[in-house]
Amino acid sequence: MIDKIRTDVLEMLDVVPDGSSIAVGGFGLTGAPIMLCDALCDLGKKDLHIVANNAGIDPTGVGRLALEGRVRKFTGSFPSNKSFFALFHEGHVELELVPQGTLAERMRAAGAGIPAFYTPTGAGTDLATGNYPARYDSDGNVVEWLAPKDVRVFGGKPCVLEEALHVDFALVKAHQADRLGNAAFRLGSRNFNPSAAMAADVTFLEAQNIVDVGDIAPDAVHLPGIFVQHVIMSTGGWVGTPNAPGASW
Amino acid sequence: MSEIGTEIGWSREALAARAAQDVPDGSYVNLGIGIPMMIPSRIPADREVWFHTENGILGLGGVPAPDEIDLDVTNAGKEYATVVPGASIFDSSLSFAIVRGGHLDIAVLGGMEATPSGDLANWTAPGRTPGVGGAMDLVSGAKQVWVVMDHTDRRGRSKLMRRCTLPLTGARCVDRIYTALGVFRPAGSHFDCLELAPGVSEAVVREMTDAEVAFDLAPAEEPS
Repeated sequence: MIDKIRTDVLEMLDVVPDGSSIAVGGFGLTGAPIMLCDALCDLGKKDLHIVANNAGIDPTGVGRLALEGRVRKFTGSFPSNKSFFALFHEGHVELELVPQGTLAERMRAAGAGIPAFYTPTGAGTDLATGNYPARYDSDGNVVEWLAPKDVRVFGGKPCVLEEALHVDFALVKAHQADRLGNAAFRLGSRNFNPSAAMAADVTFLEAQNIVDVGDIAPDAVHLPGIFVQHVIMSTGGWVGTPNAPGASW
Repeated sequence: MSEIGTEIGWSREALAARAAQDVPDGSYVNLGIGIPMMIPSRIPADREVWFHTENGILGLGGVPAPDEIDLDVTNAGKEYATVVPGASIFDSSLSFAIVRGGHLDIAVLGGMEATPSGDLANWTAPGRTPGVGGAMDLVSGAKQVWVVMDHTDRRGRSKLMRRCTLPLTGARCVDRIYTALGVFRPAGSHFDCLELAPGVSEAVVREMTDAEVAFDLAPAEEPS
């Protein structure tokens, strides 16, 4: 019998080696697996390559991982918070800045067996020509730039080659999940969670509620259990965005 | 808003209302942060317009009352939001299939610089924290890209430039620009001025604009 339900979060995540690549779901804190990020910190994991849309609100979620110096490289579209900015400019973390739709599609492609694809998004910009910093030294000098991307013209439009973004692990959060790993998300908390799960060899799912098999109707499963290897009940509560109107991070 | 912009032409509110006038009934629209976010409440009441947000909602509503806040409903600016009846919700990959697959009618974005060839810079400037979000996806994917912005920056420098000095969000992507001074269309070597804001003269636009502007299409300054 398949039973993916786990009860000890530290024991579950201890299998993640230092240096792993890890996709983390969520858009800001909406739908972000805070308990799983906290567990990685508590386990002392380090040298991680984190793939997520945002670099988090410090000191929560991905933001806590970054602030504690556990992130070697960040791949994402909006690491726009001050603490991350300082870590990047002081040479503590490498950055691969990616347009948001390209990030989602690169993860989806990894899960769908597509090694690479062309897209017009980003063509002709610094993110495609490699004219954007990827790493600074401790004195604030750029020591590495983004790699320039291959360009081909399709239908008269220049398009850039984007490679699938495969990761070792994914941390995702769902509203409901069963012992098979079938998961359903509530409202806007779905966001990057399904793509992150698809991109990973092994997906850990933090569930707000664990339900019996069959409780989620087959056509209401947003993420089929085949993409999920471990399910654990969330103890972190329901976390929302603390962003005030007009704030930006 | 620039000092100049508050003195002549449209206010921020009037500018949002002016852009809202041009959004056709039945449109699917994505809005950037800033003045574009002021458009929904100014859409004429007899039009049905659907708002898309990058984080996976088609049918975004307004700001919730304090007792209506749902932690799972936020907009692309990560502020609490609402959904309207008839809305649909999906994951980021499908959300960007909507954006990149050419299904959105209009993306209305803020801007830092735009040129007569339709180039747009609006995602970064020196000293800014890194963050591109969905801006590059939107300018490459939406059927039309409108820019709503101040005519000049805080130092009074024109944002309608011959060439962008800031890193591009996209090349040859802008269809229309709304500023406090009027409505403009990139026309290759120059901007066509389609309309002047009330009380704004051609001379003022010329003086405050780095790029060339043609006025053949603009209605008379004082309608008879």
